[in-house]
Amino acid sequence: MSTLPTDTDPRADPRADSAPPQRPPGRFLPAIRRTLLQAVPTVLGILVLNFVLLQMVPGDVVDVMAGEAGGATQQSMAALREQFGLVGSAADRLLAHLGHLAHLDLGISPRYNVPVAELILGRLPNTLFLVAGGLGLAIAVGVLLGAVMASWAGRLPDRLLSVLNLLLYSTPGFWIGLMLILLFSVKLGWLPANGHQSIGVNLTGSAWLLDRLQHAVLPVVTVSTFFIAVYGRLTRAAMLEVQQQDFVRTARSKGLSPPRIVLRHVLRNALMPITTLAGLHFAALFGGAAVTETVFGWPGLGRLTLEAVMTRDFNLLLGILLLSSLMVVLVNVLTDLLQLWLDPRIQSR
Amino acid sequence: MTRSSRRSFLHQASQAGLLAGVPAWALLDARQAIAQTASSKNTITAVLNPEPPTLVSFSNTAGTSVTVSSKVVEGLLEYDHDLTPRPQLAAAWKVSPDGLEYTFTLRKGVKWHDGKPFVAADAAFSILLAKRYHPRGSATFANLAAAEAVDANTLRLKLAKPAPYLLLALAAGETPILPSHRYQADTALQNPLNAAPIGTGPFRFKQWERGSHIIYERNADYWQKGKPQVATLVFRIVPDIAARLNGFQNKSFDIGDASPIPLSEVPNLGQYPFLATTSEGYEDNAVMAILEFNLEREVFQKPEVRQAIAHAVSREQIRNIAFYGYATPSVSPVSKTSFPRFHLDAKDPYPYDIDKANKLLDAAGYPRKGGGHRFEITLHANPFNEGFKRTAHYIRSALARVGVNVTVREQDPGSYIRSVYTDREFDATVSGVSTMFDPTVGLQRIYWSKSFNRQVPWSNANHYQNPEVDQLLEAAAVEVDVAKRGELFKRFQAIVIKDVPSIALVQVQSVTVYNKRVDGFNKAAAGLRGNLADLLIKGA
Repeated sequence: MSTLPTDTDPRADPRADSAPPQRPPGRFLPAIRRTLLQAVPTVLGILVLNFVLLQMVPGDVVDVMAGEAGGATQQSMAALREQFGLVGSAADRLLAHLGHLAHLDLGISPRYNVPVAELILGRLPNTLFLVAGGLGLAIAVGVLLGAVMASWAGRLPDRLLSVLNLLLYSTPGFWIGLMLILLFSVKLGWLPANGHQSIGVNLTGSAWLLDRLQHAVLPVVTVSTFFIAVYGRLTRAAMLEVQQQDFVRTARSKGLSPPRIVLRHVLRNALMPITTLAGLHFAALFGGAAVTETVFGWPGLGRLTLEAVMTRDFNLLLGILLLSSLMVVLVNVLTDLLQLWLDPRIQSR
Repeated sequence: MTRSSRRSFLHQASQAGLLAGVPAWALLDARQAIAQTASSKNTITAVLNPEPPTLVSFSNTAGTSVTVSSKVVEGLLEYDHDLTPRPQLAAAWKVSPDGLEYTFTLRKGVKWHDGKPFVAADAAFSILLAKRYHPRGSATFANLAAAEAVDANTLRLKLAKPAPYLLLALAAGETPILPSHRYQADTALQNPLNAAPIGTGPFRFKQWERGSHIIYERNADYWQKGKPQVATLVFRIVPDIAARLNGFQNKSFDIGDASPIPLSEVPNLGQYPFLATTSEGYEDNAVMAILEFNLEREVFQKPEVRQAIAHAVSREQIRNIAFYGYATPSVSPVSKTSFPRFHLDAKDPYPYDIDKANKLLDAAGYPRKGGGHRFEITLHANPFNEGFKRTAHYIRSALARVGVNVTVREQDPGSYIRSVYTDREFDATVSGVSTMFDPTVGLQRIYWSKSFNRQVPWSNANHYQNPEVDQLLEAAAVEVDVAKRGELFKRFQAIVIKDVPSIALVQVQSVTVYNKRVDGFNKAAAGLRGNLADLLIKGA
């Protein structure tokens, strides 16, 4: 997918100070088509694999419901299993599940007695907000950090920031979250510690937005910390590598100003690995920010996923997993497109 | 930050390091913290965890479902702290001397939240619905032959056999009375009102944002004039235990039941003079921690082994270590506080005595192998309460002293239920038995041979079979005379205390944490799971 410019590239970066070259027509469409075609068997495989794996988990949703209820009778449990479609062979149930999916029906969550799609859609905006905000912040700060470190490589700013980076990298996110709550909510009282909005008040317009943003600050920062470190290190390494390239020397010998070289030549090329990784991270965080969501009482998909696992609500879990895999596909497409845009030399294969 | 507060921060933080699992920040002063709820003078914010799966507890009685259901959807009766029934939707009731016919005179002038009048047909419908869908319904109402509305305000229940516990099963949370004009029996589970309830209660449903909160508002048309005094009742779903503690300390949360904060932190609440705790309001569901043996294992078929383990375990240490003092040692599985008329005040035949335990194990044919251990067992811990897990770890170390190697297995609820009840992989388990509102409903299932059932959790995991116990329990289940029933239960207890198919350890005390500005939440045995009509804010 991504290719860093090679040493043998004698032309320096052609985009830098001349008009961009003519792009071959239809570079973007084939990329989309190819990824989507690959996605169909991938998603299908994921669906079957998920289903099979979940069959091996001990206990089902009726067991858990009976456990939570403090008691049950065999009749009531049998009736529930019948109602939830938990009887019959695993193959039959898999076929039934795929059949429902073919009709775009994710099914009903047995535990909540609500359509799975409704449960997921209810959490989706919060999750997108948290993940996109967290990764966006991480990329912005991480790339800046990395650029600063690379520009002063080996000198004091680099050393100091490297230590900071190491701290962010090695400290668990939830602990940082707790410490942020301690400082900004408990001690200073600046920001709310829990929830995603003020409850019981009807806010509109900018007051609503401000309220949501206030609630989002701490969770978004918490999600971003680890990734700031990742992107910082990545940017630093990639920039140092690109700086060795011939085209950078060429650019320098042309007399370009150092900031221009860093921004247009070095950083732009160094962004390639970051886009690849950020795409992966986005998909992973999508259902995987459960710890941050729990610490901050943020009603996101991660918590829903965790609850679905604990309560064996497999209809819900399969729905979330399907959505996550679709999200991976979507993000991959977007990443490919972004890289095509960043580096016109990449050809869609 | 001043110097002194920094010092106290460091001091507290270092203390926190000693308290396993509790982050330092959770112990900190929350003076300036901002309240996140618009906690105006007339709003009470309660914390919930986990999120209830439904807001009406007729088919799913998971703990928090009962809590949220009972405010909107009421029951026929409620109960004093000693479990004496008192009116809720039923104003009066009469039980025939043979215990086969119950006549309820229902309250007049009660309206559903949609404006329709509440009638006896609603009550009859709801009781039949509970018999059909309630997880325990087919057991509780097993003897129910008919539920009929005699007239608009009279409900008659006819029983095939007496069910002396029936009057205790009619609380709002256990048998909610639903609007029959809005429910069909066949589609009751899918009814959208289960997530947006309509009832007769003091609070009306306003909003449920899943994963975040549930908002109830005062019912201005409530049948108890002038109640409730609180305008808004908010339930916040807060999954993180430290966040709950923090919320109580910075006054964003007013109340929470079922031990919402770490028990280890309860003593430190003294720093927050506006907070208080109580263990009242759980009388209708005494939870007993019981060490159950898998009697299919050869080693536990020897009475000496079970007796030795009873000698090796100290209930006082379990109370102090596993429950931080919030438990009451109990030799009998029948709660003394909830069932004073049924409880047998027996002396422990196997008091804490390590020497005796060692001797019994030697005598049972399990000498220490070359000075090492005698045998190994796996001990499964009920996952629904941290206290049970800590109890299991305590038992591991206690039994190590008598040469029994214990492997503790902690699992999530689904795995625990399967491994203990269905797959029967366990040697022993620390279980938490909800003894409910009556021993026949809550406790019989643990000891009755006919309730050995590999499909059903919280059944007779021991696989205990004792014809005499069966007979006593079956007689008590249909005995109408309270004194005679108590006698039967006491004879049952005398047998199981001596026989130790399982060892009753402690009765768990749940803790309600509340802000002192809140009052009127503990007027019934159900505590916060009652309808909370009397809830109020002091000085508001």
